[in-house]
Amino acid sequence: MLGMSANSVSYNDQGSVESGVDAAQENSSIPGSISSSSGAAFSLFSADYKKNEDLKEMLESSKESLKLEAMKRIVGLIAKGKNASELFPAVVKNVASKNIELKKLVYVYLVRYAEEQQDLALLSISTFQRALKDPNQLIRASALRVLSSIRVPIIVPIMMLAIKEAATDLSPYVRKTAAHAIQKLYSLDPDQKEHLIEVIEKLLKDKSTLVAGSVVMAFEEVCPDRIDLIHKNYRKLCNLLVDVEEWGQVVIIHMLTRYARTQFVSPWKEDAVFDENSEKAFYDSEEERKVEQSNLYIMDPDHRLLLRNTKPLLQSRNTAVVMAVSQLYWHLAPKHELNIITKSLVRLLRSHREVQYVVLQNIATMSIQRKGMFEPFMKSFYVRSTDATHIKTLKLEILTNLANEANISTILREFQTYVKSQDKAFAAATIQAIGRCATNISEVTDTCLNGLVLLLSNRDETVVAESVVVIKKLLQTQPSQHSDIIKHMAKLFDNITVPMARASILWLMGEYCEHVPKIAPDVLRKMAKTFTNEEDIVKLQIVNLAAKLYLTNSKQTKLLTQYILNLGKYDQNYDIRDRTRFIRQLIVPNEKSGALSKYARRILMAPKPAPVLQSAFKDRDRFQLGTLSHTLNTQASGYLELSDWPAVAPDQSVRNVEVVEPVKEAGAPALRKSKPAKSHEKFYSDSEEEEEEEEEKEGSSSEDSSNSSSEESASESESEENSGDSNRSSSSQSEKSSSESDSEKKKKTLKNKKLQQQKPDSKDRKQKNGNAVKVESRSESESGSESSSSESSSESGSELDSDSDSGTDQKKNTKPKPVQSKAVIKQVEKKEVSLLDLDDFSPAPVTTPKSSILSPNLLSDLQGLLISPTTSALQASFPVFVPETSHELLHRMTGKGLSGQYRFTRQPCIYGNSMVSLQLTLSNSSDQALENIHISEKSSTGQNIHRFNAIERLEPQASVTVSMGIDFNDSTQAANFQLCTKEDEFSVSIQPAVGELLLPITMSEADFTKEQGKLVGMNESSATITMTPENLSSQSVNRKVVSVANIGVIPSSQENIYRFAGKTVSSGSLVLVSVALKDPDAVITINTEKTVMSSMLLRQFKTALTNSSP
Amino acid sequence: MIHSLFLVNASGDIFLEKHWKSVVSRSVCDYFFEALERATEPENVPPVISTPHHYLINVLRHRIYFVAVIQSEVPPLFVIEFLHRVVDTFQDYFGVCTEAAIKDNVVVVYELLEEMLDNGFPLATESNILKELIKPPTILRTVVNTITGSTNVGEQLPTGQLSVVPWRRTGVKYTNNEAYFDVIEEIDAIIDKSGSTITAEIQGVIDACVKLTGMPDLTLSFMNPRLLDDVSFHPCVRFKRWEAERILSFIPPDGNFRLLSYHVSSQNLVAIPVYVKHNISFREGSSQGRFELTLGPKQTMGKAVESVLVSSQLPRGVLNANLNPSQGTYTFDPVTKLLSWDVGKINPQKLPSLKGSMSLQAGASKPDENPTINIQLKIQQLAISGLKVNRLDMYGEKYKPFKGIKYMTKAGKFQVRT
Repeated sequence: MLGMSANSVSYNDQGSVESGVDAAQENSSIPGSISSSSGAAFSLFSADYKKNEDLKEMLESSKESLKLEAMKRIVGLIAKGKNASELFPAVVKNVASKNIELKKLVYVYLVRYAEEQQDLALLSISTFQRALKDPNQLIRASALRVLSSIRVPIIVPIMMLAIKEAATDLSPYVRKTAAHAIQKLYSLDPDQKEHLIEVIEKLLKDKSTLVAGSVVMAFEEVCPDRIDLIHKNYRKLCNLLVDVEEWGQVVIIHMLTRYARTQFVSPWKEDAVFDENSEKAFYDSEEERKVEQSNLYIMDPDHRLLLRNTKPLLQSRNTAVVMAVSQLYWHLAPKHELNIITKSLVRLLRSHREVQYVVLQNIATMSIQRKGMFEPFMKSFYVRSTDATHIKTLKLEILTNLANEANISTILREFQTYVKSQDKAFAAATIQAIGRCATNISEVTDTCLNGLVLLLSNRDETVVAESVVVIKKLLQTQPSQHSDIIKHMAKLFDNITVPMARASILWLMGEYCEHVPKIAPDVLRKMAKTFTNEEDIVKLQIVNLAAKLYLTNSKQTKLLTQYILNLGKYDQNYDIRDRTRFIRQLIVPNEKSGALSKYARRILMAPKPAPVLQSAFKDRDRFQLGTLSHTLNTQASGYLELSDWPAVAPDQSVRNVEVVEPVKEAGAPALRKSKPAKSHEKFYSDSEEEEEEEEEKEGSSSEDSSNSSSEESASESESEENSGDSNRSSSSQSEKSSSESDSEKKKKTLKNKKLQQQKPDSKDRKQKNGNAVKVESRSESESGSESSSSESSSESGSELDSDSDSGTDQKKNTKPKPVQSKAVIKQVEKKEVSLLDLDDFSPAPVTTPKSSILSPNLLSDLQGLLISPTTSALQASFPVFVPETSHELLHRMTGKGLSGQYRFTRQPCIYGNSMVSLQLTLSNSSDQALENIHISEKSSTGQNIHRFNAIERLEPQASVTVSMGIDFNDSTQAANFQLCTKEDEFSVSIQPAVGELLLPITMSEADFTKEQGKLVGMNESSATITMTPENLSSQSVNRKVVSVANIGVIPSSQENIYRFAGKTVSSGSLVLVSVALKDPDAVITINTEKTVMSSMLLRQFKTALTNSSP
Repeated sequence: MIHSLFLVNASGDIFLEKHWKSVVSRSVCDYFFEALERATEPENVPPVISTPHHYLINVLRHRIYFVAVIQSEVPPLFVIEFLHRVVDTFQDYFGVCTEAAIKDNVVVVYELLEEMLDNGFPLATESNILKELIKPPTILRTVVNTITGSTNVGEQLPTGQLSVVPWRRTGVKYTNNEAYFDVIEEIDAIIDKSGSTITAEIQGVIDACVKLTGMPDLTLSFMNPRLLDDVSFHPCVRFKRWEAERILSFIPPDGNFRLLSYHVSSQNLVAIPVYVKHNISFREGSSQGRFELTLGPKQTMGKAVESVLVSSQLPRGVLNANLNPSQGTYTFDPVTKLLSWDVGKINPQKLPSLKGSMSLQAGASKPDENPTINIQLKIQQLAISGLKVNRLDMYGEKYKPFKGIKYMTKAGKFQVRT
């Protein structure tokens, strides 16, 4: 306050005079300043008082220009936060001025002070009431704006009346103002809620884009729980959205996100292929068609409508709109459509610092769950030295989240630069990030540890302290493997001066003294010498170390310990003296210590839990993305929780509006009968019920009843639409209801539990399906949370349903076959292609067995025919699944026209038993022929590579496929070699996924259990995961597992336990995988000697089985 | 939504406040000042601050903090974006957005804020609409107003508010009809120690200055629209047309506006226009460090590299730098340790260099990290991605406008690690 007075003496002084004058009066805007400034101001009292009079005089003069000038100065006062309330009577007189600028300034003043001067403010009301009838819409609107901003409770009825009137105004601008006024009145008097909701309901029907945003805002503020008001306006809002002004778009999108989560079923089902066709018929969209499959989830056309209409807004210049659409997609879109938001989010990173901050936070949350979305844009998150610290740490967080086996080396290289940053807080954060990478990615644990150990010699204290802490954490998780690092730290110990770091090392020595039995006593010996010169924190740890060594290795250290305890006894610091005394009593048995010393070992050497290194954004996803609560990571006031998907979609006909949308008929009429019968029935009863409710509530209006009657007809056409394409949709309907029952299960009501037992049956044995569906639909009506009257009606509907379903069952049984056989053919074709270049190798079976089709017995029989048995128990088998994805070896830009792709054929390699076979496709995209393409002899890095024969000549635009073998030696280390042409050499590398280092084998279940029994303890690793419901079927488990790793399926006699076996290519070690489903969890167990591999495999299985996308 | 707004200057004084709902005491800003004190740099203040009863969302532009007070849940970007729009509007009205300009025009500022928000919800943010409601202050208008007593506040509702093209005002008239488009591209890059590119990408914008009479409908097409990977449009651009034909079709706002911003697809290799040879070294134990920097043009498509400015944050241990530029001038601020070298134009025959020594604090140890070098530059008449405008057509009006397209390449966040 005082600091500012230098800038504007006149105004400031005046303000302080007033505060002196009004000292008794309540003055909320400038507390604290009163006492400090009033004393100084009194000397100027007379002069300033005049000035105030001046303003009054000017306001009372007859000259407009003088009045205007006075008002401008008063607004200046308000802007500075000065109190100008005593001018109120003088100002309020001018409220009816003809001069529009003067009038506006008076409005500004009024709104600011009306709350404090309520009686005087009432003088102006009549002016506004008159202005509300003005022919000029701007004047009407601004009158309503000011009237509703005057926070005087007495005028609430007048405001209510004005709002109701303005809501029916011809000008959409005035109606928009009315929507704003609703919120103002609500905050002034919450008792008006019911009346205001009526106005909101009316305004929601408004077709003007101008009104839409504002009224939805009012809806969110006043009655966010009245979802029922949205139903009828849902489609209109979706369609208007693009034309609404940008701020309204944000509000509407957020509201619709919440709405959609209560009205549609989850699209996040496994194998869900989205049936765009029924919707296409409905909306006649231009979107591309998607391949049909047997397993269908039909997205509600309204759900699709929302997604489609928001998508163009990703291109908005308004960052808030882009973020709103992104969060909508994140919360509502099927997972495979999510990628379209990535680019837009990354684009926002170019915006202002504050925008970056919020967007990066949201990306951080997303990247934990879905790495793949942002991995291609990893480089956009590289830190620049000019970034603000909080931006840097967020980028670091995201990079850490994105780290995986493939990119970890790049990320670590980048981190190395960051560690050296001058911004030490950031450097420390980087060290923690390295620690997290090290725990997450086991391949680099050692590298990271070594890097961190090097940092111990850093000069900066924060860096050293942070590294020691991180190393400590890392070692705590796996101390046994890293005794050499502890040794190394012991060696470095002499050079480290930072007390914190020294203390941490000593703690490590003591904690893991069993791993370094020789060094620890030696360190203690050294410390005994320097004890007196150490810092307190180090001394404490020396005592600690001595005590621990005394307990484990008293022979060598007894004397040393006593010496140190003696030193500690006479230390200057009482903490150290106390600790020494305590330790002595604890470890040295004597008559006084009694029982305690017996437990000394258990007290000191108790296993300490390893700290968990995880992202700070791990649980942020409990908040809706893009919200304030998400940014703050605490629930902000007024935060509206995003509900979970309903298990059963509520009646969709409620969104139908009187105007029947143009409907195209599609599908065979014959099969339509059964289904519509059900839905019709159901819709009918529901709408009836709704009508009843409405009647109860507010007395039915004629409008309502006409609504519902036309709605009936609309719902009929709608349901016909839904049945859409005859058999597809009906089968999918039944599928849907079974999936509904899946989610139903979670509720675990007693009744349901009983029913569940029938459920697996219904999946396998289709004959029973009708029965099962019936049961489920009953549970559906239970959970429907409808009133009891609806239950009976919907139940009768489901009875009908069951009949119809049994009819469609046959369809369902027959349908999968052609699809699957197609898949087989496709695979065979693919095989043949790959066989072309393996001249003398023809082991491929005519039909590659897919475990899901052929019974496992037949599978092993077939294999028995084709390959001579190697051992009785272990038979090599053929890959169950061959992924078609190829990886880039060489890009045409870097290869000067030569490009290369490779893929894993998953076949036993013909060049060597320990090799992984690969297929290489080389193409020439330059305009000259390339000659003599080969792999250079000299360059390979350790791996044994079987090269392909040199290609003499590759014509332009031609491509050639060759095969090669690489012995990866059972490690995922990339094979680097030189691909040469006549002129050039390109270094390329092939990075195998761990699953590719295996070959499938087949064995009997008994053998499997036997082998598994041999590989226990260290060789067994397991994890419990929560399966997404769509992953629960046996097919999907099998497919997911074999797509990750090249292993064979073992027949299993137990249900819910799936077994797979394979061997590593190079060393032939057994890899046994079993997945036991314990609804809803699953336990994955991997038994193998190759522990590194098993942990990598385990992680990949985890992600594969928990991810819902196929 | 937005409850109140406080403007805070660099020295931490509140110099303007505006409330849209009931008054919030300015003592709420104490939480902001606390955060300001804790932050080492002005940029390090967290944009969102939580206080017991309110939430403060702030943006920093032109060394002024715009602190918005929020009472309940609202998308933070909503507020941030709005605050930036406020700053843009101020800039548009007053030419600059400084404390002095705001104080001088406090009444216009107040009128603007009053129009931009109603009850904390944005009401009119389009510059064309605002300018009809509140005329921007000009010297001439001020003089005229004082003589005639007329005001600079519009009496009628701007037509744009109600029309389907809210961004354009009606009744626009010009004697010279002209439309200028500037294609400006920025290269963001990180170059590592050895001179290889770690990451590089091109971002571009098309800024337009359109002064056309009536309601012109323009189409702008590119020779190579495929280059544009990710785009964001001014609301005037018809999205469907772009999706279908890759043509920008729009009824432009009157005056200056940003038509399009885009990102060039990352598959295209980015040409790096300059290279930097550097040798910055500190020796252990000595209080001297060596500094050598040479700039040279690399892939400039034959165009001259101009307005080159090199800046670098030297390590804290550096006391002073004694350097010798072959061209241009350099400054070193011993307090902030910021070295900046205004190179000007790069002459390929005689490469600019900056050589000399740095003196270090006596006894201080050798800095861990070498400084990064930030480069700014301009290349006229070149869009580095190769983007070319094919043609610009106008429909809906009879006259023949004058059309102009200008290309320019700049360095965005261009950093060289040493």
